[in-house]
Amino acid sequence: MLRLDEQLVLHIKAHAVHDYPHECGGMLIGKFGDDRKEVFETFPIENAREDSRNNRILLLPKDVLRAEKYARVYKLDVVGYYHSHPNAPAVPSQYDLDHALPVWSYVIASVIDGTAVDVRSWEMREDRSQFDEEVIEQGKTIKNED
Amino acid sequence: MPIKILIPTPLRQFAGGNTEIEVEAASAGEALKKLTTEYSALRKHLYNEQDTLRNFVNVYVGDEDIRYLDGEKTPVKDGETIMIVPSIAGGSTVAEARVENELPELTSDEFARYSRHLILPEVGLEGQRKLKNARVLMIGTGGLGSPLGLYLAAAGVGTLGIIDFDVVDVPNLQRQIIHGTADIGRPKIASAADRLQDINPNTKIEAFETRLTSENALELFKDFDVIVDGTDNFPTRYLVNDASVLTGKPNVYGSIFRFEGQASVFWAEKGACYRCLYPEPPPPGLVPSCAEGGVLGVLPGIVGTIQANEVIKVILGAEGILLNRLLLFDAWRMTFQQLKLRKNPSCPICGDNPTIKELIDYEEFCGLKQPVIEEKPFEEITAVELKQILENDPDVQLIDVREPVEYNIARIPGARLIPLGEIVARQHEINAGKTTVVQCKGGVRSAKAIAALKNAGFQGRLINLVGGITAWSNDVDPTVPKY
Repeated sequence: MLRLDEQLVLHIKAHAVHDYPHECGGMLIGKFGDDRKEVFETFPIENAREDSRNNRILLLPKDVLRAEKYARVYKLDVVGYYHSHPNAPAVPSQYDLDHALPVWSYVIASVIDGTAVDVRSWEMREDRSQFDEEVIEQGKTIKNED
Repeated sequence: MPIKILIPTPLRQFAGGNTEIEVEAASAGEALKKLTTEYSALRKHLYNEQDTLRNFVNVYVGDEDIRYLDGEKTPVKDGETIMIVPSIAGGSTVAEARVENELPELTSDEFARYSRHLILPEVGLEGQRKLKNARVLMIGTGGLGSPLGLYLAAAGVGTLGIIDFDVVDVPNLQRQIIHGTADIGRPKIASAADRLQDINPNTKIEAFETRLTSENALELFKDFDVIVDGTDNFPTRYLVNDASVLTGKPNVYGSIFRFEGQASVFWAEKGACYRCLYPEPPPPGLVPSCAEGGVLGVLPGIVGTIQANEVIKVILGAEGILLNRLLLFDAWRMTFQQLKLRKNPSCPICGDNPTIKELIDYEEFCGLKQPVIEEKPFEEITAVELKQILENDPDVQLIDVREPVEYNIARIPGARLIPLGEIVARQHEINAGKTTVVQCKGGVRSAKAIAALKNAGFQGRLINLVGGITAWSNDVDPTVPKY
């Protein structure tokens, strides 16, 4: 299960719509719990692909490392990664599977004709055979100052 | 003192929950081998089936990516730290997105038509629906395109794009079996579309009567899932490769010459591209075309069906496609050979730091623009003019630089045969006191012969017959056979 608050879903959607028709992406920073992961913030990263940006994304290792270091400073972990599928469903492709790591959550935002229509989360099986959909628990973010 | 390896969060549970692990090793590769021997569950996430590091796994020694050092051989000193850092790649391919959406259903006619596919577990109902959903673009409807198109249509590929600008001509029929005698003079795409539609009325044909150019290639490719290269020349082959890489499409390649054929699947996202194999084209003129060198008619039939086979496997998502392998076929010796290919990290289009980011001028790249020379280095004559001077001027001699086998098929009366390859060595046989007209099949080899003779210091007057014996047959004597 992935705890991803409404506010963060909106962040991901906004990033996906902003970069449409190109793919966008970023890391998810939070904490691993016993049976779940919790996302505290999104860490947008520039798509380093120069070609096929409408259906491909590449986040460079130096940027991933930046996210790792950022997380470490706050005693948090990178718990996953999000990216958008312009004009395609929020379902991982074979290409996603070929490039995935286990344990992490793979959140995909589907943007159809410039509107973010769907956000779903997936986790790869340990034998790399396929992704399984993961329930997103979407609570409202409670802000202290309210 | 041992080497420290830092384990990224998603992999920690496969490394006994450790955030770092110490090993004794002299190189980065050795350290990783020791790590994955101790924690074997890590192995499949770091290495692929070919036992090489997965392309999204980056290994840093200190703060340097080993890709820019000495790869897995990069030495590590005691006390140094190795970091495993994923780069993250993802994406929705158009084809896969459609698969996820919904595959088209088969009609009852299609169930009957494809029943031999449907009972193969490797194809099955889902595979046949993938074929129906697929969009394949064939470049050329010639020797390779003929069997390709026939089998892809028969197999139930839903949409076949065909590009050709040529017209069916008699010498095509020896191997281009998609066209028939009744089609002579018709545009090839019209003839091909009729034949494909007859084989399978369910297949949608999208015909483009155009030359593939740097201007239209990306636009044409983007709506297809698989590109099949059935071209017969280097500029178009590089164009097809580069446009496939830039649009992220697999390029199913085949080529033929005389008795020899090649085939491969170039797919930059998964392996080598054509430029990884051949970064530069051969010098112009070194490799003769099929029109100059000849080709066994059945050869493109064999190579084209190999391409059709690979296209179908790419669509089905099969294992064992001809990726990172170059298949060499010799029809005369009847042998198949396989060469291993590797993605070239410094490939100018699909490497780590590509220099080609858009389509270029491929005629120029292949050196074919040079023959447009500032001044004509030699004289030319037409077939009609040649007939007149041969009749009126006894001091004109005609030298035929084709091969003996061609001379036996057809010759211009009075021509003496000295094949191009022997012309310089046998120049003393040519009377330099007379005017010499040099002739071949179409005018290209004779121009080369004149250039070679001049380079070798031949002093006599040399004139090239424009259009060769083909022009002679067209304009002077139609009883001379064209071949």
